[in-house]
Amino acid sequence: MTAKEHHEEIRSAVRDLCSRYPDAYWRRIDEANGYPEEFVKALTDAGWLAALIPDAYGGSGLGITEASVILEEVNRSGGNSGACHAQMYIMGTLLRHGSEEQKKTYLPKIASGELRLQSFGVTEPNTGTDTTRLRTTAVRKGDRYVVNGQKVFISRVQHSDLMTLLVRTTPLDQVKKKSEGMSVLLVDLREAIGRGITVRPIRTMMNHETNELFIDDLEVPAENLIGEEGKGFRYILDGMNAERILIAAECIGDGYWFVDRAAAYAKERVVFGRPIGQNQGVQFPIARVYVNIEAANLMRFRAAEKFDHGKPCGAEANMAKLLAADASWEAGNVAIQTHGGFGFAAEYDIERKFRETRLYQVAPISTNLILSYVAEHVLGLPRSY
Amino acid sequence: MKILVAIKPVPNPDEKVKIKGDGSGIVLDNIKMVVNPFCEIAVEEALRIKEKQGGEVVVMMVGPKVGEQQVRTALAMGADRAVLVEAGTDLDSLAVAKVLAKVVESEKPDMVLMGKQAVDDDNNQVGQILAAVLGWPQATFASKVEFLADNRKANVTREVDGGLETIEVTLPAVVTTDLRLNEPRYASLPGIMKAKKKEVKVLELSSLGVDTAPRVKVLGYAPPKQRAGGGRVASVQELVEKLKNEAKVL
Repeated sequence: MTAKEHHEEIRSAVRDLCSRYPDAYWRRIDEANGYPEEFVKALTDAGWLAALIPDAYGGSGLGITEASVILEEVNRSGGNSGACHAQMYIMGTLLRHGSEEQKKTYLPKIASGELRLQSFGVTEPNTGTDTTRLRTTAVRKGDRYVVNGQKVFISRVQHSDLMTLLVRTTPLDQVKKKSEGMSVLLVDLREAIGRGITVRPIRTMMNHETNELFIDDLEVPAENLIGEEGKGFRYILDGMNAERILIAAECIGDGYWFVDRAAAYAKERVVFGRPIGQNQGVQFPIARVYVNIEAANLMRFRAAEKFDHGKPCGAEANMAKLLAADASWEAGNVAIQTHGGFGFAAEYDIERKFRETRLYQVAPISTNLILSYVAEHVLGLPRSY
Repeated sequence: MKILVAIKPVPNPDEKVKIKGDGSGIVLDNIKMVVNPFCEIAVEEALRIKEKQGGEVVVMMVGPKVGEQQVRTALAMGADRAVLVEAGTDLDSLAVAKVLAKVVESEKPDMVLMGKQAVDDDNNQVGQILAAVLGWPQATFASKVEFLADNRKANVTREVDGGLETIEVTLPAVVTTDLRLNEPRYASLPGIMKAKKKEVKVLELSSLGVDTAPRVKVLGYAPPKQRAGGGRVASVQELVEKLKNEAKVL
């Protein structure tokens, strides 16, 4: 079987599952600002979220290419992977840097869905992408770390059992390089919430569970340190390319969804005696955005291929994410314009997907920061920060 | 219990099919094929029987090699192995039934399960002919299957016009499945990965020594007539008049 056939097999199986959660399901969840629990359970039970976990720990041991195809199909079917995509990749930190004992303890349960590890505590109110300045600290006291600080825009905390938390273990003024002295702790949220962590939900423009976390003398067993103390920043960074590729794929799924809807509507909506899609003023924006999605798609596969071959792919992963997020946003805009007033009506689902896909111009990395990465790291321009 | 399930790949019912210019068939290029929905129900039923009482589920298919993709779908759902008889798409129902009978004779299952019809040609014949060729009892349009007397017999509830009929068949038998028998599971990722390692035995049609010369000749395919727009009638009288003289249904 060729890789393409294998992807087609994945696509049709994911589509089959998603078809049981139609537009009306997602609309209902969106209106209630709820969590798509049944969908996430079905996706987990069918093993899709364990795609990246090796066979030995209960997953399917697939690459980022296949994982990206899975999430693309979820979004292409009208769903929103954002509710659960992190269950796929946050475990990467544990997989690459955790001890054998940690892996044996947690990965099989993450693969089965018994444990959800889909929260990732990095961003702070005063330090966004300037991560090395984060102020949340962990101080070792005997067999525990005592953590104090604050985090913001931490997604899916209320639907996670575990969270990886980036903390400073050596103060900034005591390290040689500012990227040193940070560590990753695995926090058991079932114990920590109410005993050290206070969760304050943040209501956002789309249905996405995100929160502010206040951390006050949270005790974390020292055995929950992932990898070596002080090297946490590097551990977090090497998971980011995976995240970017997967989110690029979700945007591509959104983009195709918007194009499908816009093209279908333009063919059937008749005004002044002919389908609106017969007007080039309506055709061209749909055609152009389709071109942009296809181009982003190529970059996604290029980045994924390099990632899966263990080659450096920072530039490609970032560029794929930028191209895909731009294309999906443009596609959302085109879909609304094509639908006219109906584009704003909730029952057409365009406005919902429009809100959902807008996020990816900002999260998990802002488009501007991708541009500075490309300018400085690829083109060698002087650093702006 | 060993169950043999016959499946047929069909064009995805959600896609619009086009008829070839010369009317000799439909254009299959770029059309996504899926497992015939009634066959999927048959696979699901076989898997449920196996889960309840153990045994083996073997999938069989007659048709072009590309149909292996749909065979893999059935394996990903959980079937144990498959037999694919490589043939063209031009076999008629009698020929398919005779080929399937050969596979049945070599596999010796306790039951053959298959969809009541394929949604492409809607022939609804292969199950019945297969039972006749084998000399086995048949129970078509099943909406419930129960086993009796240590699996020597089965009670099959059939969806017949105006209601349900339950008949007892002696096994081995051919059972064809209707829509309400079950809701098929979707393939899981581990299922797909395992299916890659499962055996698909490919047989050449010519090696079976079956006379597949067509007894049925397709004269041509034509699309349904394009629907003309509807109209409003002013009165019941006008409606009756139109039904009588225009539609000629009264």
